[in-house]
Amino acid sequence: MRTLVCMKQILDPDLPARDFQVDADAREAKRGSANLVTNIFCENALETALQLRKSAGGEITALCYGGEHAEDVLRKALAMTADHAVLVSRSEGGTSNPDPATVARVLAAAIRQTGEFDLVLVGRESGDWGVGQTGGLLAEELDMPCLSLVDDIQAEGGELTVRRQTDIGFEVAKGPGPAVLTITNNEANVPRIPKTRDVMMSYRKPLTTLALADLGLDDDEVKAAASYYEVSELYLPTKEVDCEFAEGDTVEEKVDAFAGRLAEVVNSVG
Amino acid sequence: MSNVAIVLFGELGLDRAAQGVAGAAQGLKAAGAGDVTAVVVGSAADGMADGLAQLVDRVVVVSDPALEDYQPETALQALSQVLPGVGATTVLLGNDIYSQEITPRLAARLGGSSLADAMEVTVEGDSVRATRSAYGGKALAVYELKRSPAVVWVRARALEPGLPTGGQAAVDERAVQITAPGLAIVERKAEAQEGVRLEDAQVIVSGGRGLGGPEPFEVLRGLADAMGAEMGASRAACDAGWVPGSWQVGQTGKKVAPELYVAIAISGASQHLLGMGDSKVIAAVNTDGDAPIFKHCSFGIVEDYKNVVPRLTEKVAELRK
Ligand SMILES: Cc1cc2nc3c(=O)[nH]c(=O)nc-3n(C[C@H](O)[C@H](O)[C@H](O)COP(=O)(O)OP(=O)(O)OC[C@H]3O[C@@H](n4cnc5c(N)ncnc54)[C@H](O)[C@@H]3O)c2cc1C
Ligand SMILES: Nc1ncnc2c1ncn2[C@@H]1O[C@H](COP(=O)(O)O)[C@@H](O)[C@H]1O
Repeated sequence: MRTLVCMKQILDPDLPARDFQVDADAREAKRGSANLVTNIFCENALETALQLRKSAGGEITALCYGGEHAEDVLRKALAMTADHAVLVSRSEGGTSNPDPATVARVLAAAIRQTGEFDLVLVGRESGDWGVGQTGGLLAEELDMPCLSLVDDIQAEGGELTVRRQTDIGFEVAKGPGPAVLTITNNEANVPRIPKTRDVMMSYRKPLTTLALADLGLDDDEVKAAASYYEVSELYLPTKEVDCEFAEGDTVEEKVDAFAGRLAEVVNSVG
Repeated sequence: MSNVAIVLFGELGLDRAAQGVAGAAQGLKAAGAGDVTAVVVGSAADGMADGLAQLVDRVVVVSDPALEDYQPETALQALSQVLPGVGATTVLLGNDIYSQEITPRLAARLGGSSLADAMEVTVEGDSVRATRSAYGGKALAVYELKRSPAVVWVRARALEPGLPTGGQAAVDERAVQITAPGLAIVERKAEAQEGVRLEDAQVIVSGGRGLGGPEPFEVLRGLADAMGAEMGASRAACDAGWVPGSWQVGQTGKKVAPELYVAIAISGASQHLLGMGDSKVIAAVNTDGDAPIFKHCSFGIVEDYKNVVPRLTEKVAELRK
């Protein structure tokens, strides 16, 4: 199996809401002291690919389109033991929130240039904007079928068996590759923690860097990157409620007060 | 005229989500958009077409035998043949996973723009905007969709259901050409479901990482039974394998809005709140009085769940009418 995994760098989604601020003019989050991290679902995707490599053989390429610090994402992917890494550098002065059609075009061009793949994996959505549109648009760019919310992939003799989560259970799909699959998390694809040795090795593995011009893409057009949609407003939700904390001299009293409140609501539901 | 289309899947029926999509379309029409056409793909029960005919201006049924069971590839083929004829500038879909996965691809095939999980869609002249949460629920964003049609899946179950228009719209059949897909869904399994769906539950008891393992969920089950509640969980508890992934509430789990949501040993990360923040009453049990969940609670108790749940179960059972 030749698997390519698309990996995105995002603002740490674990940043607590109380520390989160937006730049209303730029219409994006203020970075502040927050870290940049790999989108968790991209790591779930890589983990899924690593397990598939173990059972079915083959090689894994990690691909990222990103800015200044995006190399970190790929070093980590290599440390998780991906075989190859490709970075498409986002040009200076470009928007940091390119629309998903532009991203899909860039990723597709990089994929075509990098080689042939049986599987292209993306995360179900990103933890920053969370639009979840890139995978589907990439499938259209590459003219491949696409299945979303996949959490398990098996391959045997060229046939893929793919399980995906549904609203009420799961579905299994079978057929030949190539395909684009969007990956969601389950208990089996929790991303591995790289071993110290592999972290060191990751700096010795080759990392290919491509500019947009290498992909034959129009730099200005990609820089603007808002022909699909544009965020016109970004603001903080204001909803906050005053919490009534259960009081009492003993735990029992507190619990009884709390129970009274809950029972009132339950009884009003009928 | 900026006409509106809604896309529904026959096998999902005219459920609460489908009604929400119809309601959103009616809202656009009331605000000045054009007619609403419902396009139903798949094994469309006649009942669904009839029911829909009371909510929209026109119903188009695409019931080729090849579309009997949903496949993303065949659904896309059908819709990209039918929708251009409908001439809509806004295409709304629901929040079931079928709608979610075809939304961007349908937009690409129609030459339009797509967006996910919209809480509100507005149309003004040629401009289509949608509001949705961003940064895991920490912010709200308004998007302007630049290409036409705008293909958007909406948070359907949270939207006002459509109301009968008073008329009975015409129902047309449309024939399509379908090629069998390579990668195809061959098996569909529903997990054994006791009680109602989490999304439809009136009361939910949910557990998080602070429970420390699968066993305490058994204890929570007792509380849920006493309250007539369904059970949910945070992602941390699902990822740990303590409870099935289908219990997950949040940005990437179920979106619920019950009358009462009781969060036990859940910190209240923004991504969790995104799935349950619209609940009427939220209550929490947490050892940490500064846990973010309390900022969204009507009622809270700062205590170890072990000291709370057994007595709470007894008391609620006593007090419940
Ligand atoms: C892209 C993305 C999507 C996500 N989607 C979701 C999602 O859909 N749903 C979701 O839930 N999360 C989601 N998350 C994860 C989310 O950010 C949090 O990590 C997760 O919700 C934390 O779960 P938790 O509250 O159970 O655990 P923690 O945050 O670890 O909280 C445990 C809580 O238990 C309390 N506690 C500990 N011991 C006790 C005790 N004995 N009695 C009472 N209280 C106790 C602690 O004080 C703490 O507040 C997502 C994250 C990302 C990045
Ligand atoms: N800049 C990027 N570089 C690599 N992969 C990306 C990029 N943007 C999006 N993706 C992929 O698309 C998935 C969904 O992202 P999104 O559509 O932004 O929610 C991510 O999990 C990645 O796998």
